[in-house]
Amino acid sequence: MASQLVMYEEEFHRINGVCDRLTKDANAKVVFLVDKNGQLISAAGQTHNIDTTSLASLTAGNVAAMGGLAKLIGENEFPNQFHEGAKDSLYMTLVGGRVVLVVIFDNRTSLGLVRLRIKKATEELEKIFAALAARSAAPGAGSPFAEISDADIDNLFSE
Amino acid sequence: MSFINYSSREINCKIVYYGPGLCGKTTNLQYIYNKTNPETKGKLISLSTETDRTLFFDFLPLSLGEIRGFKTRFHLYTVPGQVFYDASRKLILKGVDGVVFVADSQVERMEANIESMENLRVNLQDQGYDLNKIPFVVQYNKRDLPNAVSEDELRKVLNPRKVPDYPAVAPTGVGVFDTLKSVAKLVLTELKKGGA
Repeated sequence: MASQLVMYEEEFHRINGVCDRLTKDANAKVVFLVDKNGQLISAAGQTHNIDTTSLASLTAGNVAAMGGLAKLIGENEFPNQFHEGAKDSLYMTLVGGRVVLVVIFDNRTSLGLVRLRIKKATEELEKIFAALAARSAAPGAGSPFAEISDADIDNLFSE
Repeated sequence: MSFINYSSREINCKIVYYGPGLCGKTTNLQYIYNKTNPETKGKLISLSTETDRTLFFDFLPLSLGEIRGFKTRFHLYTVPGQVFYDASRKLILKGVDGVVFVADSQVERMEANIESMENLRVNLQDQGYDLNKIPFVVQYNKRDLPNAVSEDELRKVLNPRKVPDYPAVAPTGVGVFDTLKSVAKLVLTELKKGGA
C-alpha cells in the first residue's frame, strides 16, 4: 500500500511561503497545492469565495483522468495543463509526481509569466516534498494515532 | 492513503462507495448530505450525465469531530456503477482508505453484484490494495423491495469474509449512517495500527 502523506509544521510553512510568493510573483489570483488523491495542502491568494475542498477533489479527478488518457496514447503523464476561460484561466502542474500545483489567473498577467514563475516554484516544492518523504520514512516517525484507544474512536460516534 | 497534517492538526481519509449501477451509492451520499449539520459538511459534488447517472464521481467532505486534538475529516466518493466506466472507477480508488460495497438486494441484480465485487477486487489489486485487508463494509440496499433476496443468501455470496454488513433502504436512510460509522471506525482503527 502506498505510504500516507504526513505534513509537519516546518515543511508546511515553507510550502505556504512558496505558494504566497508564487501568487505575488506571477500576479495570480489564487494558488493551490493539492495532493493527487484530492486533499488540499495549501492555498494562497483570494481564496475567500472559492470552495477549496471541492476544488481540490475536482483537480485530483481531472489530473487522474488526464493521466489515464496519457497512458492510453503511450505517454506517461501530462505534467502541465492549461484551461483558458473568458475571464479566469487555470494552469495545473504536477510536482514530483505526487502533488498538483494549481494557479488561477486573469488578464492582469500573462500565460508566459505564470509558466515562468511556476517553473521556479516547482523546483522549490520538489525539494520540500523530497525532504518530507525522507522525514516520514525515517525510523521513529510512527503514526500519531498509535496512542489512541478504541474508546477514543467510539467517543467520536457516541452522539 | 490518509493525509495527516501536524501543522493544522487535521487528518483526512478517503472512503469509496462501490457497487453495481443503480444500487444506490449516490443515494447514500445524498441522504448523508441532507441529514448532517451544515457546519460539518462541505458541498456535495455530483459529476453526472443528463439522466442523473454518475459519470465520474460524487464527492462529499464530512467532519466527524476531534480525536486527541486532531480534526478528523472524511472524503466520501462514489464510483460510476455502469460497467463501461471501468477506467474511471479504477482512478477513484487511488489513495482509498476504506471501501463500502453497496449491493442491490433485488434477485435480478445478483449477477451484477457479483460482477461488481469481482471488479472491485481486481481494480483494488491494480492500485496495490488487497480487498481482504483494506477496511471494508458491505451494505445490502433496497431491503424494502418485494423481490429482495434474503440477507443470509446475500451474505453467503457477497460477504464470505464476514466483514461488518448492514441492511439498508437508502432513500429513507435505513442503515446509511450505520454503514458510514462502521467503515469510518475501521479506517481509524487501521490508522491506529499505523498501517494506512
